[in-house]
Amino acid sequence: MAIRLERQETVPPLGLIAAPLLALLFTLVVGAVMFVLLGHDPLRAFTIYFIEPLTDPWTLQELVVKACPLLLIGIGLSFCYRANRWNIGAEGQYVVGALFGSWLALATHGTDAGPWVLPAMLVLACIGGALWGLIPAFLRVRFGCSEILTSLMLVYVAQLGLDYLVRGPWKDPAGFNFPQSVTFDAVAVVPLLMEEGRMHAGILIALVAVAAATFVLGRTLIGYSIELGGSAPRAAAFAGFDERRVTYGVFAVSGALAGLAGIIEVAGPIGQMQPSISPGYGFTAIIAAMLGRLHPVGVLVASFVLALTYIGGEAAQISMRMPFDVTRVFQGTLLISILAADVLVRYRIRRVEGASHA
Amino acid sequence: MSDSAAGASAKPSALLEAVELTKRFGALVANDHVSLAIRAGETHALLGENGAGKSTLVKMMCGLLQPDSGELLYDDAPIMFPDPATSRAKGVGVVFQHFALFDALTVVENVALGLAGHEPLSALAERIRDCTVRYGLAVEPYRRVGELSVGERQRVEIVRCLLGDPRVLILDEPTSVLTPDESENLFRTVDLLTDEGRAVLFISHKLDEVRRLCHRATVLRGGKFIAEVDPKVETSSSLARLMVGAEVPRTPREVTHELGTPRLLIKDLNLVGDGSRGSALHDINLEIRAGEIVGIAGVAGNGQTALFEALSGERPASDPESIVIDTVPAGGLGPTQRRALKAGFVPEERLGHAAAPDMRLSDNVLLTTHGDGEIVRAGVVRHSVLNARFAEIVKRFDVRFGGKDPKARRLSGGNLQKFVIGREVLREPVLLVVDQPTWGVDAAAAGFIRTTLRQKAAEGCAILVISQDLDELLEFTDRIAVMCEGHLTAPVPVGETSREAIGLAMGGSQGGDAGTGGAHGH
Amino acid sequence: MLDAAILGAVLASIVAAATILLLASLGELVAERAGTLNLGVEGMMIVGAAVGYATAYGSGSLILGTIAAVLAGAALSLVFAGLAIWLAANQVASGLATTILGLGIAGLIGSPFVGTRLDAAPALYIPGLSDLPLIGRVVFGQDAFVYLSLILLGVVAYGLARTRTGLVLRAVGESHVAAHALGHPVRKIRTLAVMFGGACAGLAGAQLSLSYTPFWASDMTAGRGWIALALVVFSAWKPMWLLAGAYLFGAVSILQLHVQGFGLGIPSQLLSALPYLATVGALVVISALKRGQGAPASLGVPFVPDR
Repeated sequence: MAIRLERQETVPPLGLIAAPLLALLFTLVVGAVMFVLLGHDPLRAFTIYFIEPLTDPWTLQELVVKACPLLLIGIGLSFCYRANRWNIGAEGQYVVGALFGSWLALATHGTDAGPWVLPAMLVLACIGGALWGLIPAFLRVRFGCSEILTSLMLVYVAQLGLDYLVRGPWKDPAGFNFPQSVTFDAVAVVPLLMEEGRMHAGILIALVAVAAATFVLGRTLIGYSIELGGSAPRAAAFAGFDERRVTYGVFAVSGALAGLAGIIEVAGPIGQMQPSISPGYGFTAIIAAMLGRLHPVGVLVASFVLALTYIGGEAAQISMRMPFDVTRVFQGTLLISILAADVLVRYRIRRVEGASHA
Repeated sequence: MSDSAAGASAKPSALLEAVELTKRFGALVANDHVSLAIRAGETHALLGENGAGKSTLVKMMCGLLQPDSGELLYDDAPIMFPDPATSRAKGVGVVFQHFALFDALTVVENVALGLAGHEPLSALAERIRDCTVRYGLAVEPYRRVGELSVGERQRVEIVRCLLGDPRVLILDEPTSVLTPDESENLFRTVDLLTDEGRAVLFISHKLDEVRRLCHRATVLRGGKFIAEVDPKVETSSSLARLMVGAEVPRTPREVTHELGTPRLLIKDLNLVGDGSRGSALHDINLEIRAGEIVGIAGVAGNGQTALFEALSGERPASDPESIVIDTVPAGGLGPTQRRALKAGFVPEERLGHAAAPDMRLSDNVLLTTHGDGEIVRAGVVRHSVLNARFAEIVKRFDVRFGGKDPKARRLSGGNLQKFVIGREVLREPVLLVVDQPTWGVDAAAAGFIRTTLRQKAAEGCAILVISQDLDELLEFTDRIAVMCEGHLTAPVPVGETSREAIGLAMGGSQGGDAGTGGAHGH
Repeated sequence: MLDAAILGAVLASIVAAATILLLASLGELVAERAGTLNLGVEGMMIVGAAVGYATAYGSGSLILGTIAAVLAGAALSLVFAGLAIWLAANQVASGLATTILGLGIAGLIGSPFVGTRLDAAPALYIPGLSDLPLIGRVVFGQDAFVYLSLILLGVVAYGLARTRTGLVLRAVGESHVAAHALGHPVRKIRTLAVMFGGACAGLAGAQLSLSYTPFWASDMTAGRGWIALALVVFSAWKPMWLLAGAYLFGAVSILQLHVQGFGLGIPSQLLSALPYLATVGALVVISALKRGQGAPASLGVPFVPDR
């Protein structure tokens, strides 16, 4: 048996959209098999997982709430991945951003600080996330360390730092020894968009980020230098773009956006600091970036698809007693299918008779 | 050349024969019913331009590719080579132009990987030593291949083939990486092999060496079989006609214009080698004035890439005064700043260096024009201006491709090179540095590129051409310098030097100044 | 002061912790020497842990559990191999996908077993030797995983350096183009190397859930797969250096636990972060010293054979 890949002469424009759709379809098939194996009626499971959340106004708002951090982080990761820099530590940058922002919320707690607090928290979070992201960038530029491993290791460090603070210095003295901070003051909370539900202004910030990133990536020399650096590093050096600056730049942007997502989550839906502030948004956003083909608008769509897997997973957990890991299987399968579908669109697969060597 | 090797018998039957082989890649027919027969004891040339289909034919003859139709005969019996291991086992050995060697491994390990069976390495090392003595292929079995010179690496490849005791040895453009001296050595080895009754298929586009070495020649053009001839009775120009299909275009060279001010001044330029890639440069000195073309000859890997990168600004020099572009000290400047001085650069490697393979052509225009002020304003790319420039390059330089704006990798070598040259020429440079202007480019495009560069020179541009193709340099440059192991000889006017003198200098021979040979040569 | 018994126990647990890392990194080293960077180690390890635990719990046999874990790790590695080797997809993304999927599958398989316990794999008792003071338990009182890891290390080190199989594997990792031109089946060899890596990661997972902490907890690998990846870099792709690296990291991860026990006033979280910080530190030191030397030249580059 031999399989050969042949690069397609032209990729049909339809194929670029078809690949993610194909991936989704394949994921659903795998999902159906999984539901059957778990002893559930796949039709009923799909309904609870993917249909019901879309029919209820409250869960629709939840969808937006969950999509917001995925979108912000996913856009930042698109910068990194376009530049071929593998930041997989967005989860850590998210946590550190949340820590920086929360520091101000806690420092001004109980004072009569004005409405400047929230904007300042957002800025601090960007700085914190960017700084955490710049560590692997620095280690790569200065020492040639793989950013993949260092950025990931720093996730664990950030989480332990969060754990220390909420169990120690930041613990609410009146909180019955629960590991959590005081509830943020009104000036330190992201405002809600509707009376009912949890949808908050964070999504507006995320949409601004979509627009800004679309412009920067598609229309500016900075976006071009990122793309060129990732696509052909030697040509980028020949063009006169400094590889180091691009590395620092994309890690700073992606760290800042992850940090922003972190503080928006803490100052929004959560409202205080606690040991766990993310169901793995920083990792799921990797899938959002890929599924969205590293284009901000694509990431927007992909974030909602992935948010749906979270909401559906929670619903299935409650009404069908399915483990939440179903969601992770879905997300993993989705990423695998995107990667495979991408290849299938760009190449034609041919089986070759006779040629036995690979 | 020994006459006995040609085989006195009247009609010797073929050892390995390709019959009407056809291979398609999508719309492209790389080989269209091509036939070729190699006899025992002969050196058979496969002649053709870049892109004529030589490599495809060779790959089918050793099992790397499978023909779409046609068949292979071995000892007059049909045979299939599903993979190179099979062809090797049957006695067909190939030495490719791009060596199949592993830098991190030793010579003996490299050889072992090309042989079947589990021979102990120590025994194999002994066999390698025997083989090197017998065929004059000096190479030390326990050295790491990464440390070897190009010529030595080729010898490793040949030794690896010979240890398999092949009946047919295929050499793919073997002399393109060798100095004239090393080539002579190789020719002696080839003669020894054919004297033993082996067949050698010698692939080349160098006419002189084919006429010297080979008993018969098969000519390909555009994927088709053109003729089988006796190269000894042909002339170089008759062979060239067969190869190119028409009179070989010659670039007119009449230096009628006056030379202007120095546009590029290189003064005691030194660069430290950085190990992995980029060799060292030692005390390079050169001056190029407006209106002249200076050529740099040399065997690949003698510092040409380092020199190019030093000039383009990819590897800035420590002393700003060591490179002066149009009176401005530029040694410490980056590529964008040097382009702002109206310098233009064309690297050797088109895909990955001169152009990003997976980006569209229009985006590739931006690669060297983003600093010029028209296309990018305040950091924002003006796509209408960019597209207009793109259209102008395509039109003025006759860049042909399918679709509206394809990715760079989809263009043929010649068209991409016209694009890359056009991109620089339209920037109106006063200094142009071109590394391998016509490498892997078809004859028509090569002629066009040389004419374009001559014309630019006539308009007052200073041009530096780095090339391994000596004929090209002799044809269209004004002065030639030679690069060897990071040193550059003083340039000599083309009329005052000779091929022999340059060849000596390329081999790094003592006093190998390109001019000395000229003094007593011509 | 520590008495000999406590010291012996500490040393023995260092050996156990190091063995998990050694097994996983050994497998990854083989995959990387063949030119594939598989970031799926964490996923393959935890699937091994879950499948091994579930099988051992169900069958009552630790041996069956271990075999199942090895097969599960190898099976998940095929997902990576299919994507990265046969479809030539990006290796980093393919490895991440494998890890994410593995964490999910392991969670599904393990969820019925939360809160259960197994008897840990027994230490092999060698009469006489195991009773030696201090080193007796450390050297001769370990369970089968420890000895297996050392045997595997020897086999891999010898195999890579001295056998033809090893030579071909290294060649494929150095230049897949050249290896292909010489007729070596690049993708088959890489697939086998990746499967070996998956099997080793599965074995490491089995040791984790059957011996080291004989129960199931979700995410119980806690980044050990990633540390194993870093160890391969740390070793400069030389098997014997893995041994040093794995025992060093094993020591750091155990000693920080004991320091936490003493309550020296250092925040426990800082101590818990030590293995991760040490990993970063080790990567920095090794990168600064070697600048990528020793890495297989084709590592991470997808291979698409000529048409």
